[in-house]
Amino acid sequence: MSLLTVESLNKSFGGVRAVDDVSFELPKGHMMALLGPNGAGKSTCFNMLNGQLVPSSGSIRMEGEELIGKRPRDIWRLGVGRTFQIAAVFNSMSVVENVQMALFSHQRRLLRFFKPLHRYDREPALELLRLVGIEQYADKPCSTLAYGDVKRVELAIAMAHGPRLLLMDEPCAGMAPHERNGLMALTRRLVDEQGISVLFTEHSMDVVFSFADSMLVLARGKLIAAGDGNHIRHHPKVKEVYFGSGKTFEEDAREPNTGAPVSTEH
Amino acid sequence: MSLSSLLIQMISGLSEASTLFLISVGLSLIFGVTRIVNFAHGSFYMLGIYLSYTLVSRFGDTASGFWLATLLSALTVAVIGALIEMTVLRRIYHVPELFQLLATFALVLVISDATLYLWGPEELLGPRAPGLSGSISLLGHRIPQYDLVLMAIGPLILVGLYLMLNLTRWGTLIRAATQDREMVGALGINQHWLFTGVFALGCFLAGLGGALQGPRVPANLLLDIEAIGTAFVIVVIGGMGSITGAFVASLLIAQIKALCYGIGTLTFFDVVIPLNQMTLVIEFLVMAIVLVVRPWGLLGRALPPSRQAPQSEPMLTPASKGVRWFGALIALVLMMVPTFSESFPYLITLSVDMLIAVLFAASLHFIMGPGGLHSFGHAAYFGLGAYGAGLLVLMLGLPMELAMILGPLVAALGALVFGWFSVRLSGVYLAMLTLAFAQIVWSVIYQWNGFTGGSNGLIGIWPSDWLASPTAFYYLTLASVIISVLLLRFGLFAPFGFALRAGRDSALRAEAIGINVKRIQWYAFTIAGLFGGVAGTLFAFSKGSISPEVISVSRSVDGLVMVLLGGINTLSGPIAGASIFTLLHDTVMRETTYWRAVLGLAVLTLVILFPTGIVGSAQAIGERIKSHLLNRQRGGQLNGAGNAQQSGGDPR
Repeated sequence: MSLLTVESLNKSFGGVRAVDDVSFELPKGHMMALLGPNGAGKSTCFNMLNGQLVPSSGSIRMEGEELIGKRPRDIWRLGVGRTFQIAAVFNSMSVVENVQMALFSHQRRLLRFFKPLHRYDREPALELLRLVGIEQYADKPCSTLAYGDVKRVELAIAMAHGPRLLLMDEPCAGMAPHERNGLMALTRRLVDEQGISVLFTEHSMDVVFSFADSMLVLARGKLIAAGDGNHIRHHPKVKEVYFGSGKTFEEDAREPNTGAPVSTEH
Repeated sequence: MSLSSLLIQMISGLSEASTLFLISVGLSLIFGVTRIVNFAHGSFYMLGIYLSYTLVSRFGDTASGFWLATLLSALTVAVIGALIEMTVLRRIYHVPELFQLLATFALVLVISDATLYLWGPEELLGPRAPGLSGSISLLGHRIPQYDLVLMAIGPLILVGLYLMLNLTRWGTLIRAATQDREMVGALGINQHWLFTGVFALGCFLAGLGGALQGPRVPANLLLDIEAIGTAFVIVVIGGMGSITGAFVASLLIAQIKALCYGIGTLTFFDVVIPLNQMTLVIEFLVMAIVLVVRPWGLLGRALPPSRQAPQSEPMLTPASKGVRWFGALIALVLMMVPTFSESFPYLITLSVDMLIAVLFAASLHFIMGPGGLHSFGHAAYFGLGAYGAGLLVLMLGLPMELAMILGPLVAALGALVFGWFSVRLSGVYLAMLTLAFAQIVWSVIYQWNGFTGGSNGLIGIWPSDWLASPTAFYYLTLASVIISVLLLRFGLFAPFGFALRAGRDSALRAEAIGINVKRIQWYAFTIAGLFGGVAGTLFAFSKGSISPEVISVSRSVDGLVMVLLGGINTLSGPIAGASIFTLLHDTVMRETTYWRAVLGLAVLTLVILFPTGIVGSAQAIGERIKSHLLNRQRGGQLNGAGNAQQSGGDPR
C-alpha cells in the first residue's frame, strides 16, 4: 500500500510552470529518489510536500489525509520528518539539546517554564544519537561539528517523532565522498529496519543508484520517467535530458570509491 | 468647519509634505545603500536649522544671500556627515545591526551636546526670506509665499534625485548597491567612497530640509528626536530604500495631519476625540497599520538575504558553582546596603535605581538575546506598569499592594496586544514597529491631559505606610528584583527558553519540528512586558511621581545600551550593564552639563572596541588566559583553539 499519493500537482510562478502535472505514489518502506537537472522543479516539489509552498492545484495525500493547506509544523505532526539542503540546526545548543527540542516538541512540553532542561531525562535523545552514530558528540556545541556530523544531527532530529515519511533535500550536498556513503547507508538501514519511507533529491548519481529503490525524473516541471535503476538508466528521454553526460549512467559510476564523485553539475 | 478651510489646510499640507520628504529621503537613501538605520539623521536636520540661523543672520539680507546661505548650511551639514561617516560609521559596517543603531544613537547624543555648546539652550528663530515675507490670498485665506516655494522644492528634489539615479553612473551604482551591495563590491567598485558619498548626500538633504525651516521653526534642541521620529515613520511607510515611497508617504502623512487639524475635534457617540491634539498618535498609528498590512512598506520590497553566514550565538550554560557563590555574595552585600545609609545617605536611592534598571534590562534581554527580537520600545511596558499602578492608586484608590500586582498586569496586557503584531516582523522593521507602539503609548499619555495628567504626569503615588521608609522600600525592591530576575533565568534554562532560542537560531528548523515560533515569541514578548512592568511599578512607587518621560524613546534606548553594554549573549550581561550604566549615569550626570556627550562617546567606544559587551569581553579574555595556561601545561604543543573569535565580514 502506498504511503504518499501525489496527484496532478501543479505550481506556477507567474507564467512559469515550475511543476507541471506531476503524479506519483510512494510505497511504505521504500526509498525513492527525485532526480532532474537544475530548474527541473525538484525543490519546488519538495517544498510543496513539506507545506512551505502552496500548490496551484493538485493533491498530496498521506494515507488518505490531504496535506495541502497545512503548515509545515502541522505536516510534521502527521509524521513527516525533513532535512534541508543546507543543514538547519540550532547552533547555540549542544547536539543532545538539539534532539531534545524535537522530542519535547513532539511531547508538547516546550511551554514548560520552571524545570531546567538538563534535569529532564536525556536517554531518549541519546538513543537517537546512538542510532545515527554520534553519541560521542552529545555535549558538544552543534556549531563545532564537522558538516557531515551536522547532517547526522539533522537526521536524528528528523527521526525524533518516529516519522512515517522522511523528506531529504540533497542529503549529500556539501559532504565529503566518504561521508556520503555513511549517511546514505544509515538512511537505508532506517528504511529497512523501521519501515519508514524516504523521498530524497540528489545530484550525485553514485548515491542515487546505490541506495534508491526507485527514481522519479523531472525535467522542466514534468515527470518524464519513473522506475528502478535499470529502467531509468536506459530510458531514452532521461538520456536526452542529461544530454552529453552519458557516462553518468554507466555501470561503473556506482562504485563509491572511484575518487572523484560523479555529478551532473558543478 | 467649512470646506474651503479644509481645502486650505490640505494645500498647506503640501508644503509640510515637502519638508517631511526632505527629512526622510536621505534616511531612505542611506539605508538602501549602507543598510544602516541612521538614528542621527534628525540631528543633521537640526544642525541644518542651527547653521542656517547663523549663516542667514549674517548673509541673508538679500534674496541671493539668503539662498546661498541656505545652500551653504546644507553643504556644511554634508561635510560634517561625510567626516562622521569616515571616522565612525566605516568602522561599524560589519557589526550586527543592533550595534549600528546604537552607535548612531550615540551620535545623536554627541551632536546634541555639541549644538548645546555652540549655540546655547535658547530657541533661535532665523530671519525671514527676503522678498518672500508676504502671503497670497486664496478662498479668503492667506497662504505665506514662502510656503509656496517649499511646496515646489519637494517635487523638484524628487525629480532631481530621479534623474541623478537614472542618468548618471554614480546614480546607477547607488541603485545597484541598493539591490545588492555585495555584488557591487565584487565588481570592483570602491564601496568606501560610494558609502561616504551617499551618506553625504543624505546629510545634505536633511540639512537642506532643516535650513529651509529656518524662517518657520525656531531652532531648539528637541528637534533631532522629533524629526527622526517622523522620518522613521515616513521611511517605514514608504518602504526602506524607496525614494518615491518616501515622497508618497510624506504626502500621505502631511495630508492626514492636515485633515486632523482641519477637522479639529470629532464627537463620536458623546466621546470627544480631539483629533488636532492626536497627530502624533495618528502618525504612528498609520505606520503600525502599514507595517501590519504591508510589512515592507508601501513601495518597499523584502531585503535580499545577506550572504554573510549567520552569526552563531554561543551556548548558554547553567551557572557554575563559582558564579552561584558570587551571586549569593552580591545578594548578601545588597542586603547590607541599608546599614551603610548613615555614612552614604544617597546609597539607598542609588541602589533602588540600579535594581530597577537591572530588572528593566533583564526583561528586555529576555526577548532581545535569546528571542532575537530587538525591541526599540521596551519603555512602553515600563511606562504602562508605572502608569497602570499610579492610576489605580490615584483614581480607584486601590491599596498599594494590589496596585503592585495589577500594574505589571497592565503592562503584560499591553505587551500581549503589541507583541501579537510585533512578532510577525523581524529585524529593523520589528525595531520600528515596537518603537511605534511605544510612541503611541507615549503620545496617548502625553496628550490625554484629563486622565493621565498629560505632560505634568501624576504625583502622590506613595507606598503603604509599612513600606514607606526608604529601608523597607529598598527591601521590597530587592526582593522583587531578585525573584523576577531568577524567574526570567529559570525560563531561559527551561524548555521554553530553549524553544525561544530555537526560533532565533533557525526558524526554518524550528517550524520543521512543529514549534510554533511566532507563538513562543509572542509569549516571551508578554513575559518581558510583564517584568518590564514590575520595574515600572517599582519605579512609580520609589519616586512618588511619574511623567511621560518614563515611556520616552531615550528610556527604551537606555535599556538597549544597558543590555549591549553588558553583552547580549550572556545572562549576567544585562545585570552588569544596567548597574554600571546607572552608576555612570548618576555620577557623570551630576558632574557635567554635557553628560549626554560623555555617554555617547562611551557608547561609541564600546561599540567600536568591545562589540561583545563587558561580560562578553571579560569571558573572551578569560578564555584566552585559560587556553594560554593550558598550552603551557601541554608544553605548547597545541595552538590555542579555545577562543573562537567572532569575525564579521569586511564591508568591501
